[in-house]
Amino acid sequence: MATLANYLIVSGLLFSVGLAGVLLRRNILIIFMGLELMLNAANLSLVAFSRFNLGQDGFPDYNAQVFVFFVITVAAAEVAVGLAIIVALYRARQTTHVEDLDTLKF
Amino acid sequence: MTSAPWIILFTPLAAAVAILFLGRFSKPLSAGLAIGSAVFGCALSWWVFFQPDSADPAIRFYWMDFGEQLQIPIGMTVDHLSRVMLVVVTTIASLVFIYSVGYMRTEEGYWRYFAGLSLFLFSMLGIVLADNFVMMFIFWELVGLSSYILIGHYFKKDSAADAAKQAFIVNRIGDFGFLLGILFLWAATGTLMFGELTRGVAGFADYPIYLTVACVLLFCGTVGKSAQMPLHVWLPNSMEGPTPVSSLLHAATMVAAGVYMLARIFPILAAAPHALDVIAWVGGITCFAAALMATQQDDIKRILAYSTISQLGYMVLGIASAPTADVPMFHLFTHAFFKCLLFLCAGSVIVGMHHEQNIWKMGALKNKMPLTMLAMFVGSLALAGCPFFSGYYSKDLIIAWAVESHPVLGWLSVATAGLTAFYAFRLFFVVFLGKPRGDHARCASESPLVMLVPLACLAVPAFIGGWPVIEKLFFHIEEPQHIPHALHPILWALFAVGGGSAFFLYRGAAKDPISIPLFANRLYIDAGYAWGVRVIQDGGAAVLSWADRWVVDLLVVQVPSKLAWVCGFVLRFLQLGNIQAYAFFFGAGAIGLLYLLIFK
Amino acid sequence: MSLALFWIFAAITLASAVGVVFFRSPVSAAMSLVMAFVGLAALFVTLDAFFIGVVQVLVYAGAVMVLFLFIIMLLDLRADERRPVKLAAWAGGGAVVGGFMAVLVQVVGSLPALQQTKPALANPAVNDVAMVGFALFRNFNLPFQVIGVLLLVATIGVVVLSRRELK
Repeated sequence: MATLANYLIVSGLLFSVGLAGVLLRRNILIIFMGLELMLNAANLSLVAFSRFNLGQDGFPDYNAQVFVFFVITVAAAEVAVGLAIIVALYRARQTTHVEDLDTLKF
Repeated sequence: MTSAPWIILFTPLAAAVAILFLGRFSKPLSAGLAIGSAVFGCALSWWVFFQPDSADPAIRFYWMDFGEQLQIPIGMTVDHLSRVMLVVVTTIASLVFIYSVGYMRTEEGYWRYFAGLSLFLFSMLGIVLADNFVMMFIFWELVGLSSYILIGHYFKKDSAADAAKQAFIVNRIGDFGFLLGILFLWAATGTLMFGELTRGVAGFADYPIYLTVACVLLFCGTVGKSAQMPLHVWLPNSMEGPTPVSSLLHAATMVAAGVYMLARIFPILAAAPHALDVIAWVGGITCFAAALMATQQDDIKRILAYSTISQLGYMVLGIASAPTADVPMFHLFTHAFFKCLLFLCAGSVIVGMHHEQNIWKMGALKNKMPLTMLAMFVGSLALAGCPFFSGYYSKDLIIAWAVESHPVLGWLSVATAGLTAFYAFRLFFVVFLGKPRGDHARCASESPLVMLVPLACLAVPAFIGGWPVIEKLFFHIEEPQHIPHALHPILWALFAVGGGSAFFLYRGAAKDPISIPLFANRLYIDAGYAWGVRVIQDGGAAVLSWADRWVVDLLVVQVPSKLAWVCGFVLRFLQLGNIQAYAFFFGAGAIGLLYLLIFK
Repeated sequence: MSLALFWIFAAITLASAVGVVFFRSPVSAAMSLVMAFVGLAALFVTLDAFFIGVVQVLVYAGAVMVLFLFIIMLLDLRADERRPVKLAAWAGGGAVVGGFMAVLVQVVGSLPALQQTKPALANPAVNDVAMVGFALFRNFNLPFQVIGVLLLVATIGVVVLSRRELK
């Protein structure tokens, strides 16, 4: 049987991979994918906690799952808006490469 | 009976409000409203005066009530003192209001003027009728306000606007002391009612110095309002207002408010002999110095203004030396009539002279304005203390008491009596005798009947106002017992010498044969104040300018702004413009924080 | 059995995630991301969270990924050309990721309570759709409606952002 620690480590690794994607890749679309990975890593922790921390009735704590539900909804909205922004950006600058987007540099 | 004082008090206010809204449409309406309210108040006041003391509880309500510690009532005192004052104020106000119709007929701001007069009458009656210090203080300030409005009637003239400002500010200085004195007394006795304060004074027996300080502070209010030294400077300058205003406010009634207040708290003052000494000295010195200044003035109204200050000095001296407040109140009573008469005569002369006020441009008006001359002669005799005229009785009484209780000041006031005769007749002879000294003097004409009737009405009490039969009606006065027998002959002689020397010096003089710059320049007190204010102002401005430049501009503004700029300059190198660099900073910071939170 | 499944799915998820980061072509990265999401859904199922697993597949592997692919197609993105690798960037990123992992491992390792295995459920046949529904509509009704407004706002925002004459 897998322990809670296993799930948390997997969740953490997933988060780290997502973070690495955000920090290392230059394509803004891939960075966005990395962000999605990080969100899902958090979801995994939440569901794991829900399963390992039963309520008094002997069932998982569904409040955590509702939380995950909300995260997924917000993430979907975020993806929609984020991708629209990327499209608008691409129209304006013809690039998705973050190193080319440095107008705010001093 | 209990509601009569309230009616007397609020009728002028109603008139003032009505004039404010309706007066601009009709001159006769505004004058009629003002005169109607004043005459009505006058009639009611005389009726109240002859009522016996009633045992009815006075109407009183509490304006503010903070429990036992502090209750501020609005109520009326109707006693011997306030009845006399009511009669004096409303009678003189009625006559002056009527006179104003003639004086102001060609002036601008007609309705504004009558609204101001009515407001003034309301305020003055409030002081007279107040039964506690807070109410008196409120009306005291209202009097200051209406005085400001009326002095600044010709506000388009700089000198009038400045004079109004000066009167207001100088009065504030005195009122500050007055307010402190009220608070002192309240803190010590826990009451603001005049009646209860008189009984509460017994509690001061252990702390005489406290009572002395409180009384001197209260006296500051008188110094400001009654133009005593050293706050007398505003009164001569307030002559910038219309002459009836000078007559009503700055001679007959408003300036008497300070003396009235002292008379009101007379039982408290009697328990503070040291405070009375201060009051006596201020009054005596004012009385003498103002008379000296009056001898060398050239403006007809200023001469009278300094004589007012001098006479108020007599009253204040009387407060300090007589055993009852009736003695100075007697002089206040007679002075109100003869000084009002003198000012109204001066106003008549000024109108006849087409608003020329310099006495050295007048002359030989005795043929042009005979009735005015007659009235002025009566007024001058009363002021100078000619036997059988009103001023003689009241002034000599104060002098007699002063000689008995404060000999030095007493003899100073005796000397002042001689000076008074001198400057009063100097004015009279220069204006009415001699040869005309200007075109205006040659074509001067007598004033209209509406101005002459009040003069006649005032000339009668100015003559007979001091006769023992009238004195008995209004006052209960005792004569001092231990005065030198020579005092009265000396006073008669001084009157003769003063009047005679004025006659010989000024009978036909074309210009002033005596020139004493010290007196003409008012002992340099005004100049001294101007210098002091300038030095303080310039010095203060220099200090503030230095602080503004080096503390505010440099330390508070420049240094932090440069610091912020430097910090910003250093920090903006972090603005790489690279999203991932920001993500790196954010991530590193978050992890560092986690580490610190969990493992430290 | 259960442990084996866990490790298999975990390995699939992590491997696909690494693929997302390392594939040069955006399309490959997106496909790899789909795999990661599916693996994650399977992990949810091992945790008896069937509803969340299904939603994960429907929303992420379905809707979100279609959106990603659509954008890739729309922008006509090709594989990144090779650019010189920035050593500082890689070192910095690696340091942050490594630091995070170090903190995480230390936390997990230091808490014995985390070593527990899954407690038995009161009834193995969980009706978790109903349970989540109850929780959602009873306890979180207002947030649920707020999130609806959020979606509406996002929709409007996207429409506005997509207009061509955007200045």
